[in-house]
Amino acid sequence: MAEARELTYIGAVAEATKTVLQEQDNAFVAGEDVAGAGGVFGSYRGILEEFGDRRIVDTPISEEGIIGLGVGAAATGLRPIVDIMFMDFMGECMDEIANQMAKMRYMFGGSAKLPITIITMSGGGINMAAQHSQSLEAWICHLPGLKVVAPSTPYDVKGLIISAARDDNPVFVVLNKLSLRNRGDVPEASYEIPVGEAKVVREGGDVTIVTYSRMVGEAIAAADKLAESGIDAEILDLRSLQPMDTAAIVASVKKTQHVVVVHEAVRFGGLGGEIAAQIQEEAFDYLDAPIARVGAPFSPVPFSPVLEQAYIPNAERIVEEVTKLLGVA
Amino acid sequence: MDLNNETLLDIHLRMVRIRTFETEAGKMAEAGKIPGALHLYVGQEAVAGGIMAHLSNDDWITSTHRGHGHLIAKGGEFGKMFAELYGRATGYCKGKGGSMHISNMQLGMLGANGIVGAGPPIAVGAAFSIKYRNAPNVAVTFFGDGASNEGSFHEAANMAALYKLPVLFVCENNGYGEYTAQANHQAIVDVADRAAGYGMPGVVVDGMDAIAVYEATAAAIERAKEGLGPSLLECKTYRFFDHVGVRGMGLSYRTDDELAEWQKRDPILIFEVRLAELGVLSEAQAKEIHEKVLADVKEGIEFAEASPMPNPDSLLEDVYA
Repeated sequence: MAEARELTYIGAVAEATKTVLQEQDNAFVAGEDVAGAGGVFGSYRGILEEFGDRRIVDTPISEEGIIGLGVGAAATGLRPIVDIMFMDFMGECMDEIANQMAKMRYMFGGSAKLPITIITMSGGGINMAAQHSQSLEAWICHLPGLKVVAPSTPYDVKGLIISAARDDNPVFVVLNKLSLRNRGDVPEASYEIPVGEAKVVREGGDVTIVTYSRMVGEAIAAADKLAESGIDAEILDLRSLQPMDTAAIVASVKKTQHVVVVHEAVRFGGLGGEIAAQIQEEAFDYLDAPIARVGAPFSPVPFSPVLEQAYIPNAERIVEEVTKLLGVA
Repeated sequence: MDLNNETLLDIHLRMVRIRTFETEAGKMAEAGKIPGALHLYVGQEAVAGGIMAHLSNDDWITSTHRGHGHLIAKGGEFGKMFAELYGRATGYCKGKGGSMHISNMQLGMLGANGIVGAGPPIAVGAAFSIKYRNAPNVAVTFFGDGASNEGSFHEAANMAALYKLPVLFVCENNGYGEYTAQANHQAIVDVADRAAGYGMPGVVVDGMDAIAVYEATAAAIERAKEGLGPSLLECKTYRFFDHVGVRGMGLSYRTDDELAEWQKRDPILIFEVRLAELGVLSEAQAKEIHEKVLADVKEGIEFAEASPMPNPDSLLEDVYA
C-alpha cells in the first residue's frame, strides 16, 4: 500500500471517525468532552472544526443518557458513534447497554436496527487505579446482540472502527490506553477489517498464544525471547471478541498442539476460560498439554506503579507460562 | 387537529379500544391462555388517548411495562397484539417480546419496556434524530411516578433541555411505584416540580380528563416544534387493577375506598358524560361503539388463538441484523 504512512493508535481513531463522518451523512459522534476538547485522549481532535457541532456533540456526564441517546437515535435512522471515555463507566449505563441496546432488535422480533458504534478505553499501566484501568470486555461479550472488537495496532483501529460503523448492529470498539502512542502504518484510504476475523501475527510451530489488544505486543516480545531458547511461538490476534474466530483458534491449535491464552483482564471469568472451553470442545484430541491462561490476578487494579506492574500480565509472565507448558523450564 | 367533534370522538374511540382490549386480555390471562405477566392500563386511558390523538406514525413514543394502552392508542391492531401476548408467530414481535416488550416501529412505538425508567433516554435519542433530520415531529416518553426516581429520567431530562429537543416527558402518576405509595417513595407531591431543575415547564394535568390531557399536550407539542425544547406533563391518574394482573380490590397496599373514589372519576365515564353534554355522543351511540370494539377485540383473540406458535428454529433469528 503505497499510500500508507505512520499514524499513532489514537491518531487512527480520529482518522477512522472522520472517514465515517465523510462516508455517512447519518453518522454523528456524541460523548463527554468529544467536541470542544477533542476527546480526553485526543481521539476526536479536529473533528469539530471540520464537521461542526451537528456532527459531534459534547454531552453532560451522563453515561446512561449517552447510551440511551445512541439507542434512540439508531433505532430511528441515525448511525451514532458514542464515546464512553473509560469502560469502567459502563456501570453507569449498563441497563441501556444490556437491556436496551443488546436486546431491542430481538425483543421487537427483528423490526428494529441498531447501527451504533461505542468507542471506549480499557486497560491499565498509567497509574489510573482501580476505577479507570479495568479490562471489562467479558461483561459485554456475554450479551447476545452486541459485537465487540479490540484492536492492537493503528491499522486495526482504523479498519475496525470503519467496519463497526458500517455494521447494522451495536459494536463496541474497546481501545487500550497504554497503546495510544504506538505507531504503525495506516493507509490514507478507507478500508475495513471484517468483524469476526482473527489474524496470525506471527507464525510458529511449537505453541499458540491466543490474545488481543495490548497483550499482542507483549506476546510478540515474549515470542522473541522464546525464540532465543529455540521455542517457535505462533501468535493469534483475535481482534474481534464477539463474534470470536473460533475456527482460526482451532486451526492454530491443531498446528501447535499447545496453547496459552493471554489477556489483561482478570483471569477468573475472563474470556480465557471461554476460549479454553471452545478449544477442548473442538480440538481436545490435538492438545498435548493442558491449556494455560495468563491474566490479571483476582484483585482490583492497584494504584502504586510497583503494585500495578506486578498486577498486569507481561512478556515475562507469558514466557514463564509457555516454558512451563512445554516442560522446558 | 383542533378539538372538534371528530377529535373528541377519535380520543373516545382510542380510550374504549384500550379499556376493552385490557379487560378482555385480563380475562384471557386469568383463563390461563396468556403466559407471563400482564400490567394492565385500565384507569389510565385518558392519558394515552388524549396524547396520541396528536401524534402520527412519524412521531416516536417510548412506553413502559404498562404498555398495551400506548400501542393501542398509537394505532396497534388487536389481532397482532393478542398474538404477541399469546406468544404466537403472528404477533407484533413474532412472539419474542410479549406483553412487556410489545412494539411496532411502523407505528413509531419504540417498545413497552421491562425496565422502569429505561424509556426516557431512548426517547431523547429519537428526538435527537428528529432534530438532526429537521423533521416536524416529536418524541413522547411515558413513565410513572416510580420511574421519576430513576437516574435515567434525570439524565434524559437534562439532556433534552440542554439540546432543546422536541420531547414530551409524560409522567403517568398513578400514585404507586409498583406496590409502594407515592408518599413512601418520594418526598414531593407533584412530579412536575422536577421539571424546574432542568429548565423546562412542568405542568400538572388531570389525567382522568381526556380533554385536559389533550389540551396540555397541544401546548407542549407547539413548544417543542418551535424549537423551545421539552416539557414535563404530569398526569394524575390511577390504575384500577393491581400492578400485575386484574384484581383491583382487596389489596394490602391500598384501600378499596380509595379505588372507589377514583372510579367515580373513571376517565371513560366522565368523558362520555361530557360528550353527551356537548351533544357529540349519545348514550346509545356510546353503547354501539363499545359493542363494535368488543367484537373487534374478540376477533383479535380469535386471530391469536388460530395463529401458529413460533417455529423453534426461529429462536436464534433476530439476535443480529
